[in-house]
Amino acid sequence: MSDQPYEIVIGLEVHVQLRTRTKLFCRCSTEFGQPANTQTCPVCTGQPGSLPVMNRDAFQLSMKTALALNCQIPEFTRWDRKQYYYPDLPKGYQISQYDLPMSCDGWLEICETQGESSEKRIGIIRAHLEEDAGKSMHDEASGRADSRIDLNRTGTPLLEIVSEPDLRSAAEARAYLDELKLLLQYLDVSDCNMQEGSLRVDANVNLHLDEPSGLIATPIVEIKNLNSFRAVERALEYESRRQYEVWLEQGVKKGDIPKQTRGWDDQLEVTRAQRHKEESSDYRYFPDPDLVPVVVTPDEVERVRRSVGELPAALRSRLQAEYGVSEYDANVIVNQGRDFVAYFVEVADASGDAKRTSNWIQQEILRRMNELQISIRQFPVDAVDLASLIQAIATGQLDSSRGRDVFGRMFEQGEAVTDAMQSLGIVNVDEGSLRSLCEDLLAENPRVVAEVKEGKEKAVGALIGQAKRLNPNVNPSEVRAVCLELISQQ
Amino acid sequence: MNFLASSASDLVKNLESGDVSSGDLTRVFLDRIDSCNGQVRAFSSVTAEAALAQAEELDERRSGGQAVGKLAGIPLAVKDVLCTKGQLTTCGSRMLSSYAPPYDATVIARLRAAGAVLLGKTNMDEFAMGSSTETSFHGPTANPWDRGRIPGGSSGGAAAAVAASMAPLSVGSDTGGSIRQPAAFCGVVGLKPTYGRVSRYGLVAFASSLDQVGPLAATAEDAALLLEVIAGHDELDSTSAELPVPSYSELLAEPLQGLRIGIVESHFADGLDGEIEASVRRAITLYEQLGATVHPVELPHSRYAIATYYIIASCEASGNLARYDGAHYGHRTDEGRMLEELAEERRMLVEAGDSAGAEQIDGPLVRMYRRTRAEGFGDEVKRRIMLGTYALSAGYYDAYYLKALKVRRRIRDDFDAAFQQVDVIAGPVTPTPAFALGERMDDPLAMYLGDLYTVSANLAGLPALSLPCGFSDSGLPIGLQLQAPPFEEARLLRAAHQFQQETDWHARRPSLVEES
Repeated sequence: MSDQPYEIVIGLEVHVQLRTRTKLFCRCSTEFGQPANTQTCPVCTGQPGSLPVMNRDAFQLSMKTALALNCQIPEFTRWDRKQYYYPDLPKGYQISQYDLPMSCDGWLEICETQGESSEKRIGIIRAHLEEDAGKSMHDEASGRADSRIDLNRTGTPLLEIVSEPDLRSAAEARAYLDELKLLLQYLDVSDCNMQEGSLRVDANVNLHLDEPSGLIATPIVEIKNLNSFRAVERALEYESRRQYEVWLEQGVKKGDIPKQTRGWDDQLEVTRAQRHKEESSDYRYFPDPDLVPVVVTPDEVERVRRSVGELPAALRSRLQAEYGVSEYDANVIVNQGRDFVAYFVEVADASGDAKRTSNWIQQEILRRMNELQISIRQFPVDAVDLASLIQAIATGQLDSSRGRDVFGRMFEQGEAVTDAMQSLGIVNVDEGSLRSLCEDLLAENPRVVAEVKEGKEKAVGALIGQAKRLNPNVNPSEVRAVCLELISQQ
Repeated sequence: MNFLASSASDLVKNLESGDVSSGDLTRVFLDRIDSCNGQVRAFSSVTAEAALAQAEELDERRSGGQAVGKLAGIPLAVKDVLCTKGQLTTCGSRMLSSYAPPYDATVIARLRAAGAVLLGKTNMDEFAMGSSTETSFHGPTANPWDRGRIPGGSSGGAAAAVAASMAPLSVGSDTGGSIRQPAAFCGVVGLKPTYGRVSRYGLVAFASSLDQVGPLAATAEDAALLLEVIAGHDELDSTSAELPVPSYSELLAEPLQGLRIGIVESHFADGLDGEIEASVRRAITLYEQLGATVHPVELPHSRYAIATYYIIASCEASGNLARYDGAHYGHRTDEGRMLEELAEERRMLVEAGDSAGAEQIDGPLVRMYRRTRAEGFGDEVKRRIMLGTYALSAGYYDAYYLKALKVRRRIRDDFDAAFQQVDVIAGPVTPTPAFALGERMDDPLAMYLGDLYTVSANLAGLPALSLPCGFSDSGLPIGLQLQAPPFEEARLLRAAHQFQQETDWHARRPSLVEES
């Protein structure tokens, strides 16, 4: 597929902050952006004697996500302590899941559209639940090193989704992340805001080289500090080139050295080795004796499964099959989210014209949404009104240019179709007036009549502009039809 | 009236009938603490003002005809391992020597709601690690019966406070015998409830799967009264059992006729002090006279109990004590001196031409952790953190921790099988009476082996009780241990209560010279 002398092998670890009201093991609020250390309690600040109690909602959201990723949900799962020292980790350990995660063995279908579009299943090794750490704020500018800790985020539920190393290019990694994010938004389990840290990505990457001596793998590198999907793409591109150069220079293979951790520098666009101390850790995992294991019943799994709803892949197929929308259009609509799809379906159903609905939605609605930075929920024209407008255009009551004027009025003034038409002075021109207007035009334009008679039907177009000037409410296609009819009768 | 010699159950009646006010009763015990604590050092902090304020408020409520709790006006001592909001909770450690928690433990909240008057916090082995109360940062507590001897531990202060009549009731915690062994050494009743019977929320953790809060008192009746108040499910502790709490006090009088007592003969083998063996056997004979029958039972895996216990407890402790790192609360090393030290080390390495060494030197954060923990923890705590850290390390986990968990399961299975045949298991609490201060401080293994009879109940999660059953010739108390199946505390308290109806070991008090 490429002209590179190697294959890139990528696996991604995505940390998703779950949208719960309260933290994973205490009842503090998870709201973002509050003053430092105001959303804390004895539990999440790790006070002596405090104990964690699991938030069942967080577990349910995790199950919902895992099921949407086609994962298995074991009946029995438990909590482990991952032990390491850092000031933003007040207990000296993170409560996570080690050898018995709450879900495993799933997959996500992606569609990488840069080349020719092809569908591919990316394996999911596991998805497990854990608590987030706090935030360290290092004020290095002040001269003297001064670090402050905000524990508001400490204990926020995180779902860590670990993919198989099934991704074979930076573009595929990007497509996986886009599809995963879309899925999470459809499930409404996370706000997926990368700036606020709701979605964090680490990438594991190495190269496979087809050498004369056989298949060779370069050492696996974990890339951290990836702050955007774009950074993931660029870091993977950079890192694969770097690994190839290192291979050519040093010939080091996987297994020769321990796994390395490198950080992405977004400014300089390079990855940099992190200090050795930061990478070689023995976390001394052991089951957390403060928490009881979680037992999941088949009934509970079924109940959560029913709450999953229709997911992007299924919706894309349905829009194509039931509404005759193209694959491209289906993608555009589905990628806008569940509310947008619902809007499309409502307009298409009410107007009975899915094709026109699809065009309108992609042109007028999306354009206005982007201009105003609003969501479809905030969109001022409701689906039923838009459907009436599309019907008016479909039946020829309005031409598309007048249709856009009406839409503008509906959008800006919040008027219904008929009111908007009235405000714009659009009234239906009756059959009699239209005929007499056309007769007048033909009488004034004998050259046009002659040309049409010679077979140049196109020439009638000149009359349409004149007709619109005389009466803006006339429908161009009707003017055209009546003129041609009258000429043929002459 | 001598309130100091009264049982808590009698004091409840005195308060109800107006024989004494809560305020006056509290003053009686505060005065006793004033005059005796200097010799015994049972309390590491006394909260006299708060106690008097609490007592006077209760008096007002009572005189105003308002409802008061089950322990209204009863003075009480609490082991310094339970969090008391805004009041020192030191765990006997320099690490927490000035730590005042922002919250009350559930047990404390329940005691306050029941109207108990908190006199202060009692001394303990550092982080409850020890069997003698000698590892406390505050210095050792003395055994009221012989002040040259240890009171037992880790709840040594709580047991000594009751024995020395400085409090009618106290609350301790038991991870491997820390309530029962000091109760035996001090001649009082101590009960370790079933794991999950009492909330651990606010109990500073030593080993989470073994720790349990329980009562110490002069009599089984008083222990029952106190357990009723502190037991029960707590939604803040997911390991606490969702089971109703029986009215232990009302079940004490049920006859013992037909009670099947199990005896583990290996408990009477080598190493058991002769006087203890004789007292324990006499106690069992008394039970037979009360209608019980005696049956031999076996607990074959108990011989692995000490090893299993010290692995599991140390592993959990190494995790639980990781939070004491100086970053958020508790002791932190002097940062100025630390930075100077680092600069000096670097300078010396550079001068010696060892630039690689200078590169390898700790960063300020790592050095802060190292110094804080080196200064804040005592030797025994460090020893256990190292044991636990080692046992959980990659490559050792299966051989130590996982293996210990498997043995723990076997130990529990042994008890389950034994309790198919008997209702309680009776035996010694300790292999010897209270030993001398300092005697075992240089021999941790001898100290650990003293927990031989008590750790199994923690590993199996069972309730176990220690009650006075005699004295050595030298005048030291001897304890009898009774163990029962899970959530059968009522059975233990009933057996202990009826024993105390026939004996007066529990009524004896050490003679302390009151200092004015």
